[in-house]
Amino acid sequence: MGLTAEQIAANFAEVVPAMTEAEARAEANRCLYCYDAPCTRACPTHIDVPAFIKKIATGNLRGSARVILEANVMGGSCARACPVEELCEGACVEAMHEKRPIQIARLQRHATDWALARKELPFRAGADIGRSVGVVGAGPAGLSCAAEARRLGFRVTVYEARELLGGLNTTAIADYKLTAATALAEAELVKGLGAEFRLGCAVGREVTWDELLQKHDAVFVGVGLGGTRRLGVPGENLKGVMDALTFIEELKLKPKRDVWVGRRVCVVGAGNTAIDAVTQAKRLGADVSFIAYRRGEAEKPCYDFEYDLAKKDACLFYWHLAPVRIEGDGRVERAVFKGADGREVAFETDMVIVAIGQAPRSDLLGSAPGVKRDEKGRVVVDAVTKQTSNPRIFAGGDCVNGGKEVVNAVADGKAAARGIEKMGIGTEKPRRHESTEVSRSGKNG
Amino acid sequence: MADLRIDIAGVKSPNPFWLASAPPTNTGDQVARAFDTGWGGAVWKTLGEPIVNVYSRYGAVDLNGVKMMGLNNIELITDRTLDVNLREIRDVKRRYPKHALIVSLMVESKREAWHDIVKRVEDTGCDGLELNFGCPHGMSERGMGSAVGQVPEYACQITGWVKEVARTPVFVKLTPNVSDIVFPGRAAKKGGADAISLINTINSVMGVDLDTLAPNPSVGGKSSHGGYCGPAVKPIALHMVSAIAKDPEIQLPISGIGGISTWRDAAEFMLLGATTVQVCTAVMHHGFRIVEDMIDGLSNWLDDKGFARAQDIVGRSLPRVVKWEELNLNYQHVATIDRAKCIECDLCYIACWDGAHQAIRLDTTSGMRRPVVIDEACVGCNLCKLVCPVEGCISMSPRETGAPGVTWKDYTKGAKLAPRAHHDNH
Ligand SMILES: Cc1cc2nc3c(=O)[nH]c(=O)nc-3n(C[C@H](O)[C@H](O)[C@H](O)COP(=O)(O)OP(=O)(O)OC[C@H]3O[C@@H](n4cnc5c(N)ncnc54)[C@H](O)[C@@H]3O)c2cc1C
Ligand SMILES: Cc1cc2nc3c(=O)[nH]c(=O)nc-3n(C[C@H](O)[C@H](O)[C@H](O)COP(=O)(O)O)c2cc1C
Ligand code: SF4
Repeated sequence: MGLTAEQIAANFAEVVPAMTEAEARAEANRCLYCYDAPCTRACPTHIDVPAFIKKIATGNLRGSARVILEANVMGGSCARACPVEELCEGACVEAMHEKRPIQIARLQRHATDWALARKELPFRAGADIGRSVGVVGAGPAGLSCAAEARRLGFRVTVYEARELLGGLNTTAIADYKLTAATALAEAELVKGLGAEFRLGCAVGREVTWDELLQKHDAVFVGVGLGGTRRLGVPGENLKGVMDALTFIEELKLKPKRDVWVGRRVCVVGAGNTAIDAVTQAKRLGADVSFIAYRRGEAEKPCYDFEYDLAKKDACLFYWHLAPVRIEGDGRVERAVFKGADGREVAFETDMVIVAIGQAPRSDLLGSAPGVKRDEKGRVVVDAVTKQTSNPRIFAGGDCVNGGKEVVNAVADGKAAARGIEKMGIGTEKPRRHESTEVSRSGKNG
Repeated sequence: MADLRIDIAGVKSPNPFWLASAPPTNTGDQVARAFDTGWGGAVWKTLGEPIVNVYSRYGAVDLNGVKMMGLNNIELITDRTLDVNLREIRDVKRRYPKHALIVSLMVESKREAWHDIVKRVEDTGCDGLELNFGCPHGMSERGMGSAVGQVPEYACQITGWVKEVARTPVFVKLTPNVSDIVFPGRAAKKGGADAISLINTINSVMGVDLDTLAPNPSVGGKSSHGGYCGPAVKPIALHMVSAIAKDPEIQLPISGIGGISTWRDAAEFMLLGATTVQVCTAVMHHGFRIVEDMIDGLSNWLDDKGFARAQDIVGRSLPRVVKWEELNLNYQHVATIDRAKCIECDLCYIACWDGAHQAIRLDTTSGMRRPVVIDEACVGCNLCKLVCPVEGCISMSPRETGAPGVTWKDYTKGAKLAPRAHHDNH
């Protein structure tokens, strides 16, 4: 039977709660205030973690929020969505010393909530330098680039295909980590810096690359990835087969009880998105929710803590199963896989969620003038400046790294704004960066 | 953004945060790095006759896992040559013309010796001098440091010798190792001082190692009394700063020192009369970088409170520091415990029952152990609130007595007190 509205609300409530002032101060005082701290080095946006924590300890919340948001304008969503076990908290010396790392993410949330509550960023835009940047995509990469470019004094216009700001922060990240409302409120803060936003304005639809290059000195591309890849097996068009992003987006944007979920849900894939799909299907009321993955447990691309979360939610995992076909009379009834021994295995299921990764936006990126991509469709950029093979076009985030985390997208956006400034784009003497090093994606590619 | 610039006795500084004369100001390289990090001024490590230091020289007390609540040292003045110091002072001043650079001095109690060093030091272009009448160990055995600061006549005389030749403002740094800080303060004023710095370190023995039975810090098994500083000494320093600031005879600007680690500490010193503050231990613990939050936090706080200039808060709280006999005996407040917040640790109960005024009982009905205040017995001493680990759980609520204010003076002249808690019949 389906769950009650209360049960669903409880299932999607925040897993990590906010801190009280007393809790935050006590935790902040635990911080050793390391010099050249490993947490700061581990953060892709290099937030000065000990500095912002010490400011919490001294009761300087405005200063604390400033330290975080100047380094990472999406510090609020990162505090909720970052895989901190792999980043700052994993690097904390207290993880070795007292076996209890400082709760950096929760402290970061404490400080950034101060800015969210006041609906303003604790810093201003820089004095106008008379040059302009067009930012394509209002996801974490685009918003970060817009904020940093405004701080540097560029005029900024953000072009976003959808009516919503925030990219996947708003439409994909699990609600129990980050709600759409928080993601939107955080994105709104960037407006306060004076960037212009064109919503419902897609490049390639409402506006062309050429128009952007005419209007702006430099263009930043932060369009993320496209839709979920298709399985390419018979039966994929049956009713009840869905791609993970569509399912998850419905969950984020609609009242939960209006979202349909099967009773026996089969998720194909074992990345972080697959984990989000399998757990959320279960939390929404599926009787059984399981993952079928073509490789073994050791090869699963998701983080261990995500895997643990799904297991705690009583989701099931079947390894070494490659999808063969989906069967049913009009709607899905069975999913058939081939095991390692070559034999077929069939599962009764009324919902198949495909989560085998997102495809690059090849058409869009292919039409960007002079922008090279690698064999996987990722935009090739300079590692430091984020400049593409077209000196006036810069890029970052998922469309460059093939799909990593919010914090990587933010780091790229910031680096790109600085790159545009450093390379003198829009001045008499624009430059190209000479470093041969090129960004490469991590394990979630 | 509030204006943090400060003027003290004619010395200008971009902000009130100075380094105290101590190891962080040993060398030109350190002071330059400190200025680059944001410090507004520095008092150079004390110059004087050549000395030799022992190796093991610092000791500390930790409190419940917090390191260096108190620090002590048996270090003497600079052990680098005068020529090298003077060259570096000149160089730093040239590179940082807008920062405040004060040089601390301590020589034999001879007029010529003081005249000579003052001239040589002022020749570097420094902004002022600080006379170290405070060091309580080693140097005092040789008739310098606190041996001078403890005898008002000596302090006055030496300040006078310095003023005979000094062209820059003279700060006199006082030792807290006296019975009443006001007397050496008045002596400095009489000698012509332009400003007062306080406090230097407090005489101390840090502890004894229970394995070796040697006191800390151990120099090959023996130790000597040394100067105590760090967060633990802040309340003592705050008292001495306010006592000097309030004295009607002294009326000199003050550079406050002692246990300052954060912008909060600094703001408190300033509210009680310090124009600039000096920091030693906190920098020895965490490095120059702590000044960033000091500047940021003070500036945010000034903005929040609507003060346009840091200088405007100097001495703001002084009118509220009064003699005990001027306090209102009819002001009453009693403890109120917020039931919803209480975690039933019952620390307030046992503190009041055994350690104070037996005004909290335990309500054990319905299997709970809830502390309840007995209003008639509560003298509003604050102890329960101080021991309570839960923020905002115990508050002190003012009690309207309806009676007019009565001070001790009024009372001894027969004024009536409002009804109050009595413990005579226990
Ligand atoms: C299900 C799921 C869960 C995730 N969970 C986490 C998590 O817990 N923690 C974490 O750190 N990361 C998580 N991520 C990854 C994270 O969301 C992304 O790495 C991040 O959002 C990438 O930012 P981006 O700005 O590069 O791209 P996006 O967030 O994809 O934003 C791209 C923006 O560009 C817009 N756009 C696209 N085409 C055009 C066009 N032609 N013209 C104009 N605008 C266009 C899009 O509408 C979108 O707003 C998750 C991802 C998914 C899919
Ligand atoms: C190791 C050490 C050496 C010091 N040397 C001097 C000195 O040479 N001259 C001086 O005036 N004060 C000296 N002091 C005292 C400091 O300047 C300062 O007055 C004192 O430490 C209190 O400030 P704090 O609590 O911030 O440390 C020294 C303190 C320490 C810890
Ligand atoms: S801090 Fe340590 S390394 Fe440095 S001088 Fe002192 S004892 Fe030596």
